[in-house]
Amino acid sequence: MRRRSVVLAAGLALLLAVPPLAAIAGEPFAVTLASRVLIYALAAASLDFIVGYGGMVSFGHAAFLGLGAYTVGIVASHAFDGTAVPLLPFAWHGTDSALIQWPLAMLISALFALVIGALSLRTAGVYFIMITLAFAQMLYHLFLTLPTYGGQDGLNLWRRSEIPGLDLADDVSFYYLTLALLIISLLILKRLVHSRFGMVLRAGKQNEPRLQALGIPTVRYKLLAFVIAGAFGGLAGALTVNHTEFVGPGLLHWTRSGELLVIVILGGLGSLYGSVVGAAVLLILEEVIAGWTEHWMIVLGPFLVLVVLFARRGLYGWLAGREAEGD
Amino acid sequence: MTDAILEVQGLSKFFGAVAASDSLTFQVERGCCHALIGPNGAGKSTAIAQITGEVRPDGGSIRFNGREISRWPVHRRARAGLNRSYQITSIFPAFSALDTVALAVLARQPHAFRFWRDARRDERLRRSARSFLDRVGLGDRADVRAGDLAHGEQRQLEVAMVLATNPQLVLLDEPMAGMGRAETQQMLDILRPLKGSLSLLLVEHDMDVVFALADVVTVLVKGRVIASGTPSSIRADADVRRAYLGDGA
Repeated sequence: MRRRSVVLAAGLALLLAVPPLAAIAGEPFAVTLASRVLIYALAAASLDFIVGYGGMVSFGHAAFLGLGAYTVGIVASHAFDGTAVPLLPFAWHGTDSALIQWPLAMLISALFALVIGALSLRTAGVYFIMITLAFAQMLYHLFLTLPTYGGQDGLNLWRRSEIPGLDLADDVSFYYLTLALLIISLLILKRLVHSRFGMVLRAGKQNEPRLQALGIPTVRYKLLAFVIAGAFGGLAGALTVNHTEFVGPGLLHWTRSGELLVIVILGGLGSLYGSVVGAAVLLILEEVIAGWTEHWMIVLGPFLVLVVLFARRGLYGWLAGREAEGD
Repeated sequence: MTDAILEVQGLSKFFGAVAASDSLTFQVERGCCHALIGPNGAGKSTAIAQITGEVRPDGGSIRFNGREISRWPVHRRARAGLNRSYQITSIFPAFSALDTVALAVLARQPHAFRFWRDARRDERLRRSARSFLDRVGLGDRADVRAGDLAHGEQRQLEVAMVLATNPQLVLLDEPMAGMGRAETQQMLDILRPLKGSLSLLLVEHDMDVVFALADVVTVLVKGRVIASGTPSSIRADADVRRAYLGDGA
């Protein structure tokens, strides 16, 4: 376990050191970029949970990111205007409290994941990819044409969520909170992967007909995994709207889902930690290369091909060596 | 009335104009080994797949322990005690041999919705899985990746998985496929003691194996039963010799 432990410890130390290093270097923007990396890592890790362990290649994961972000955005906008949230049986004027907003974001994303998953899991393979993509695009167009909540202009978040004892308007506090949530989420997902539930999930990826022949109703397990992934995607959405103080339909666009898949593949399928590496490399490369040329995809594309060809278990697998397989 | 664990009645399955099962009727007595034999394309594997639920029949009935099961999904039949091994090895290549069998052990429990405890440190699960590995002679290969086992060992692993689900009736689809003499003998030693405590439906091409294991032999040709009886009567049957056993038998 040594090499893997060293890699994980070094990664954690590096993430903890970002704000002080940025302060020393006089580059406060680095903290903002690093927060973005962590949020994308969380979204990608939740996607990796179903793709890497469950074999469900979802091309619509941005939907859950967007739903989580819109949930927080909408609830906060009603709190700001003092108006009631529509479609509720009781009058509720929204809230700024993260302790309500964020679990609500997870719940809404999970509910949509339940419906989307229940319908999509009747299919497999390329059909599953297409149908999850279709659902995500439906939601994208829904928010695009919903004038109440900004339509194509999106929604501004006038006040970041509030947590007692923390000032989330401070970028460093926000960064550390995001880091803590990412670590907790990774540990929870990791536990799930190695539990009996996770064992069934991983077996289903390898040989689903055989699992059914053993007497296991595989669809229920896959659906539950899909819902869990949706919930964590929703949490990433709640963080993202706080980070950018804005949510627009672009967050649900299929290119965003594609980006998440790229992060997962880049970092290493079925590793969870790989999502952090993948998000860091993709977003930092994007930032750096975009400074030279707007055609940054020209550089990124071949890089991705090289990773897929030569580091078949992704960048994390390449860093952590064979021991990463136990993840 | 005889004590049949499985009754197949008038089972039909057509792929276009080709009959895989044509009014197929037979029954498996409890505690017996019943062999299905026949030339390639006789519909043996399709019959097995209909009994387990992987292929939906066009008509006919399948009764297991007296209950009509032909509309049940695969996992429900497995849970009821009807399980199978595959002609082409079907395992979980990335799992260790022990994890593979552990998976089968947890398949027979009401559900595996346990989210927190590490399944690799679940002693009850592992002890139970290990006992099944011991039974098929893979006790010392527990930690090897299933995909890295030798072909014969993978076949043994298949049997361990099936046994771990606590079945009443096991459908063995060519358990000796691709095996050498010694491996075949070893598999025979594993399968023979199972008779009695559970029932077997065996599809096998190796006639020595069939005659060594089976109590009843049913001969299929083009989805139809052309003969059924004790091994010795089948061996003597002129139609069977002509249709199937051919010169060498």
